[in-house]
Amino acid sequence: MDPVVHLNSTVALAGRFPALAGVDLSVQPGEIVWLRGPNGAGKTTLLRLCAGLVPVAKGEARVLGVDLRTDRRSIRTRVGLLGHASGLYDELSVAENVRFWARCCGADPHEAEAAMERVDLAPRLRDLPVDRLSSGQRRRASLAAMLVRRPRLWLLDEPHAGLDSDARELVDRLMVEASEVGVTTLFASHELDRAAEVALRQVVIAGGVVVEDRSMREEAR
Amino acid sequence: MTQPVTPAAPEGSVAPDRSGALSTSSRGTRVLGALSLVGLVVLVLFSFAFSKPDAELGESIRIMYVHVSTVTAAYCLMLASAGFSIFAMWKRSQFADLAAHSTAEVATLLLGLTVVVGAIWGRMTWGVFWTWDARLTSTAILFLMYVGYLAVRSLPAGFRARSVRSGVVNLLAAAMIPVVRESVNWWASLHQNETALTLDPSISGLQYFTLMLSMVVFAVLAVWMVVHRFRVAWLEDQLSEVGLDAAIEARRKEAVGVVS
Amino acid sequence: MIRDALVIAGKDLRLEARSKVAVSQVLPFVLAVVLLFGFALDGESQVLQRVASGLFWATVLFAAVLVVQRSAAVERADGVTDALRMTALHPGGIFLGKVVSLLAQLLVVDVTLGLAMVVLYDVALSGVLLLTTCALLGSVAVAAAGALYGPLVAGARHRDTLLPLLMLPVLAPVLLAGARGFEIALGRGVGGGWQWAGMLGIVAGVYLALGIAVWGPLLEDT
Repeated sequence: MDPVVHLNSTVALAGRFPALAGVDLSVQPGEIVWLRGPNGAGKTTLLRLCAGLVPVAKGEARVLGVDLRTDRRSIRTRVGLLGHASGLYDELSVAENVRFWARCCGADPHEAEAAMERVDLAPRLRDLPVDRLSSGQRRRASLAAMLVRRPRLWLLDEPHAGLDSDARELVDRLMVEASEVGVTTLFASHELDRAAEVALRQVVIAGGVVVEDRSMREEAR
Repeated sequence: MTQPVTPAAPEGSVAPDRSGALSTSSRGTRVLGALSLVGLVVLVLFSFAFSKPDAELGESIRIMYVHVSTVTAAYCLMLASAGFSIFAMWKRSQFADLAAHSTAEVATLLLGLTVVVGAIWGRMTWGVFWTWDARLTSTAILFLMYVGYLAVRSLPAGFRARSVRSGVVNLLAAAMIPVVRESVNWWASLHQNETALTLDPSISGLQYFTLMLSMVVFAVLAVWMVVHRFRVAWLEDQLSEVGLDAAIEARRKEAVGVVS
Repeated sequence: MIRDALVIAGKDLRLEARSKVAVSQVLPFVLAVVLLFGFALDGESQVLQRVASGLFWATVLFAAVLVVQRSAAVERADGVTDALRMTALHPGGIFLGKVVSLLAQLLVVDVTLGLAMVVLYDVALSGVLLLTTCALLGSVAVAAAGALYGPLVAGARHRDTLLPLLMLPVLAPVLLAGARGFEIALGRGVGGGWQWAGMLGIVAGVYLALGIAVWGPLLEDT
């Protein structure tokens, strides 16, 4: 089967600094991959590269069959990136945000309700402006905005950060459900316990390269 | 740690001088510089000593020799700068980006000079430093537009971001040159006063020669300044650049010793 | 591209309707300017009527800087630019959408300012067709310049003082042409007013074309 993500000696620059200094990574469909590593290791850059936001300076990079060296833009509507920022307009309501972002990506704005339902966002919150929500609720809203686009690849940067235990379980559940239908997930996290439970594979990144890559199944629980 | 890297320089452009320090001069620029200097001296002689005061404009025609040349050189440089900007944005060329910056900067200097000289001329002729003459006003507006370009250029940003941002501003400024000139001309024609600094086609002989000489001298001077400015900009950029491979090596060393 | 523009314009206008910055801050500013100049020029209606056209356009430019700053600030919030890059929207369409939303806000400013001058400066309205055309075309030009420069300085540290420096010189022809066009419409100027309207149209066209062309690289690389 063709890998969803295929990186071979990939180098990516942030300005003139090589944030990724030669990454080798291959991810099959349906996998849930946990990216670990110290701060500044390049995890965020790796996720953004797979989203098509960061140009490839050297090496190979293919995501969902698209060569990122020649065409970074077409991949963007097919992947979902959840970064540290919310990606939502503070003064619009959650529902308005989700519908807007759906329209922007060619998705059906009427699916917004279903997406908000899936992230367990209480109905009373859906018409509140985003800046009135707590950070956990905002995370759910960002997730909904991502889900409505039905991406085949999820790129989550610290998805558990700042969430209460209910919300964390929700994120894990969503990742597992997605994996069952063939959606691939790459997530970066410092939360050792949570990540270990849901990930199938652990990739350690440091200094812009992959230093370790092992299947979690080996560690029988 | 990475070793210090000597900045790469365009072929034959940078050479250590006697004391070993890098300088931006070369045989080419020395020739240009010498020509400019000689040219300026000759120009001064011609404009002040040899040519006679104009029948209409009097002694102040001497100022015109400078004023017209600076503004002409400025226009040529602004056009060149816009061309470089388009190339830099299209081909992502660092050379073109720096060339756009250097030409624009020298053009701004010349525009400023034009305005100042124009003000002096106004003072001499009518006793006022400013007159709402079409050319002076257009030049002042253009000057401000390019000051804006330099301001955007000086914002801290990555190379690509700076190149695109300043390229956009440059293109807009250049696109507005004809608009500014036309609109101000229409406006001035409504007022029908001081037809200042119209290039009187009936100047001839020595005066005409002096004017042409002045254009050439200022053109050479402008080119000389642009070349030096470009090289300085190139060196500045190179200084902040570490060889990519060396940087990759250093980055990978961070990974050593990290155990899961 | 047009469809994308409408999506963006709709979002921007909804944001503005929600936050009401234009209404609650920019309109009072505009009224304050009209009043202050009334004081400054000693309330002499002769003088005020003479300067009305020029003052109108100068005030529109200053108000535009405020409106553009506000619009650009919204886009800086919380990762929204990245989210915009992750969409399938045509960059030219995003640009046009912003132009439309800025235009709508500027037209509100235009009408308010015009009314204020009619009332406070006792300006007699005439040549309404020319007035409207100039106001419309001029506002399009200003909106296009703002849609371009707003995001350009968005990431920058000293953006608040940089934006006026960038926008105002480049819009000087709009000020010139608009003021002269208005003067002629109001019966004070000499020459052909439609010439000036034509000039405004040209400036608007240049800005729109350039904006559509360069918005792609601007969004990607800054």
